[in-house]
Amino acid sequence: MRVQLSINGEKHEADVEPRLLLVHLIRDVLRLTGTHIGCDTTHCGACAVILDGRAVKSCTVFAVQARGKEIMTVEGLEQDGKLHPLQEGFMAEHGLQCGYCTPGMLMTSYAFLQKNPTPTDDDVRRGISGNLCRCTGYVNIVKAVQYAAAKIRQGGAA
Amino acid sequence: MTLRTSLEVGGMGHSIKRKEDPRFIRGRGTYVDDVVLPGMLWLDIVRSPHAHAKIVKIDSAKALAVPGVLAVITGQDLAKYNLHWMPTLMSDTQMVLPVEKVMYQAQEVAGVLATSRYAAADGAAVVEVEYEPLPVVVDPKKALEPGAPILRTDKKDKKDNHIWHWEWGDRAATDRAFAEAAVTVKEDIYIPRIHVASIETCGCIAHFDKALDKLTVWMTTQAPHAIRTVFALVAGHVGLAEHKIRIIAPDIGGGFGGKVPIYPGYVIAVAASVLTGKPVKWIEDRMENLQADSFARDYHISAELAAAKDGRLTALRIKTLADHGYTDAAANPSKFPAGLFHVCTGSYDLKAAHVEVDGVYTNKPPGGIAYRCSFRVTEAVHTIERMVDIMAHQLGVDPAEFRMKNFIQPEQFPYKSALGWEYDSGNYGAALQKAMDMIGYADLRREQADKRARGELMGIGISSFTEIVGAGPSKHFDILGLKMFDSCEIRIHPTGKAIARFGTKSQGQGHETTYAQILAEELGIPAADIQVEEGDTDTAPYGLGTYASRSTPVAGAAAAMAARKIQDKARKIAAHLLEVAEADLEWEPGKFSVKGAPGKSKTIQDIAFAAYTNHPQGMEAGLEAVSYYDPPNLTYPFGSYICVVDIDKGTGEVKVRRFVAIDDCGNIINPMIVEGQIHGGLTMGFAPALFEEISYDEVGNIQGGSFIDYLVPTAVETPKWETGNTCTPSPHHPLGAKGVGESATVGAPAAIANAVVDALWHLGVRHVDIPITPPKVWKLLRERGVTE
Repeated sequence: MRVQLSINGEKHEADVEPRLLLVHLIRDVLRLTGTHIGCDTTHCGACAVILDGRAVKSCTVFAVQARGKEIMTVEGLEQDGKLHPLQEGFMAEHGLQCGYCTPGMLMTSYAFLQKNPTPTDDDVRRGISGNLCRCTGYVNIVKAVQYAAAKIRQGGAA
Repeated sequence: MTLRTSLEVGGMGHSIKRKEDPRFIRGRGTYVDDVVLPGMLWLDIVRSPHAHAKIVKIDSAKALAVPGVLAVITGQDLAKYNLHWMPTLMSDTQMVLPVEKVMYQAQEVAGVLATSRYAAADGAAVVEVEYEPLPVVVDPKKALEPGAPILRTDKKDKKDNHIWHWEWGDRAATDRAFAEAAVTVKEDIYIPRIHVASIETCGCIAHFDKALDKLTVWMTTQAPHAIRTVFALVAGHVGLAEHKIRIIAPDIGGGFGGKVPIYPGYVIAVAASVLTGKPVKWIEDRMENLQADSFARDYHISAELAAAKDGRLTALRIKTLADHGYTDAAANPSKFPAGLFHVCTGSYDLKAAHVEVDGVYTNKPPGGIAYRCSFRVTEAVHTIERMVDIMAHQLGVDPAEFRMKNFIQPEQFPYKSALGWEYDSGNYGAALQKAMDMIGYADLRREQADKRARGELMGIGISSFTEIVGAGPSKHFDILGLKMFDSCEIRIHPTGKAIARFGTKSQGQGHETTYAQILAEELGIPAADIQVEEGDTDTAPYGLGTYASRSTPVAGAAAAMAARKIQDKARKIAAHLLEVAEADLEWEPGKFSVKGAPGKSKTIQDIAFAAYTNHPQGMEAGLEAVSYYDPPNLTYPFGSYICVVDIDKGTGEVKVRRFVAIDDCGNIINPMIVEGQIHGGLTMGFAPALFEEISYDEVGNIQGGSFIDYLVPTAVETPKWETGNTCTPSPHHPLGAKGVGESATVGAPAAIANAVVDALWHLGVRHVDIPITPPKVWKLLRERGVTE
């Protein structure tokens, strides 16, 4: 089946099997390998991307379901050579170690801050509870998201 | 620790930002599954639904009819090359693919090779295997009973399921101490099977290039050089010589010990690539990862602790059944079958101890790797910390006061333990006192008394652990005879920038940053100017890899030693440039100055340039050095953790309200990274304490084989860790540093378990096995009439 979709503002077209998962379209067909795979049961969130403004786990969406839609992956966060406040925050607050869950964490946090720009720490914890991290113990991820929230409120890029 | 360098130079003690982060936050890391080679084939694996069964027939016809499927590889195929079995580190044998029978559920049965990920999976789904189920042995106690089905029928003359018996310590002295003891306590403690569950699973791309006669394997491994040597030793007979094998460990998405072993999938991929001459990719899914990769723990412990009338601890006696699954494939490079379990006297000055461990075969996957700890140290710490707590409660003494009284005292270091370890340095009382002050211990005890009077369940738990890391001195460790040194090779370029390569492999620990900081400290070259590389056996010096918190103790020491060799040569060049004697020069990080003439100096950058342009007559050009460091001893980081729990009487749920962790890992390279390691380690201690377990039903069906039922904690459950530190440098490490990555995983579970029992002791509860789940606690409360 033909699928046309937009990823990080760029139009893509591919001929795919109906069963192809969106994450495999992104990684294996379009070779955007920032989006990762960490489980088979929609628990870990390493594959989270933004689909029409919502964070979705791309291992649980068929590529054909994304037809005609706007997708944003981790590769789309940096704009004109400027890091997104979330990317800055994860670096500044040591919110990542092995880096494997990081793209999913970034995308989930991105959608979360759009909905809740002034979260409490507990809000952040609930907001990222669909994403597993085995390295950081989450403390610094919460700080990283709050760093970004503060920066966005002060007029940084959203 | 005083800072010797500026933030710009970024030596030890500076929380500089990580050099690896710019690629990770952009999604530009390169993990194994990100690598794609032209003409690459895919491997998927058919797995057994049975825990123990004879293989009657494997029919590949339907699989071979799937478009894209090229081959089905079975044990019979590998047997032609004698590659159907492989040796384990523990001198046992493990199947790559079975010929006669399967030994655990999810065991590899056949490999399907295809042109795409999906075609390989389609093929694997229709390989038809006919099994004849055999009686299953799940319980290691029953496995040792007379008449139990014998599992290892491949071993001629094997008449039972007993693998080995090992004992250590002075039995007679220990028995005597128990006979003389005023008080003894005894407890059965089970430490269940768990799995490291790094978010990246395991996988590889094997590429045998027939034109170059060379095998390159991109692989999720923590120990690339050791893997290369093992491949050469095991597959030498099919033409894989060590100079024709290149292992590349690219970015690794978490290891924690699970990426040390050689799994059958790697070997099948290599065999498939050698046979086809094409690159073959194998990436396991999460369920394969949890169900078939190495487990950790599974120790059935029976412990006894003795004390004199005045409450002074005197002796420890332990008997343990170690469930190894169907083969002993423990990733344990120590000379002891139970790893470092005999560090079980912990932080206490015990005069006698004796440990016995028996390894047992069952119908479960092999493993016995560490779960973010050095080879059975968590088992040891959990046992001694539980037992000390039970003794304190039994005697009616506050557990903090009881620990203070029985600690090895600062002036006793270096301390030789009753079981033979030489602890390098420690100050246990200081760490516990700091934790007590930080959490407000006395107030908490008052609050607990008030709550108990009102019928509320609140507990305070302490764990004052001693770790043993940095494998290791060659008298205690080797891998197939390879001594457990590690390495650093430094090259300073003419413009004063540098590249340094190591035999270790970061999996998130931040080596690119911390190693550069060590070199910045030693040479005064800014950390930003030093590129660190690891993980490619064609370029890095030989080393044994990263696990057991050994990178800083061993490779970090190698970095310092190599840098000091460079400093020695730099001094000669500086003397030449400044036209003075070497003895007239003074070193401070980054430059040599003439004593008494501080304006007369040469920077390390000046010297580097001169090393290529203006070095003394008779001296070789260049500025480089390599060091292979064999540590004289292990390092013994320690800490004291205090945890406060509230227990919901209605549901049995344990809530960790506060958790204070004071760690001591000697001198710190990067405080930000160390704190991050502690946060992560605490979370991986919290997880098995309350949630994670892999168990099996009576016919060997796995429970906990996916993220649906293997409960890795999310941000919601995970406590808000409160951390701090004390600093007791290691006397034998060139930087005074100790390992730290695993301390918190080792220390945390006992603090939580002790807090739960502390909340329930007055109800007659003496012990609860981890994971302490709501049903377990609710049952205890219900039996005691506390809840309905």
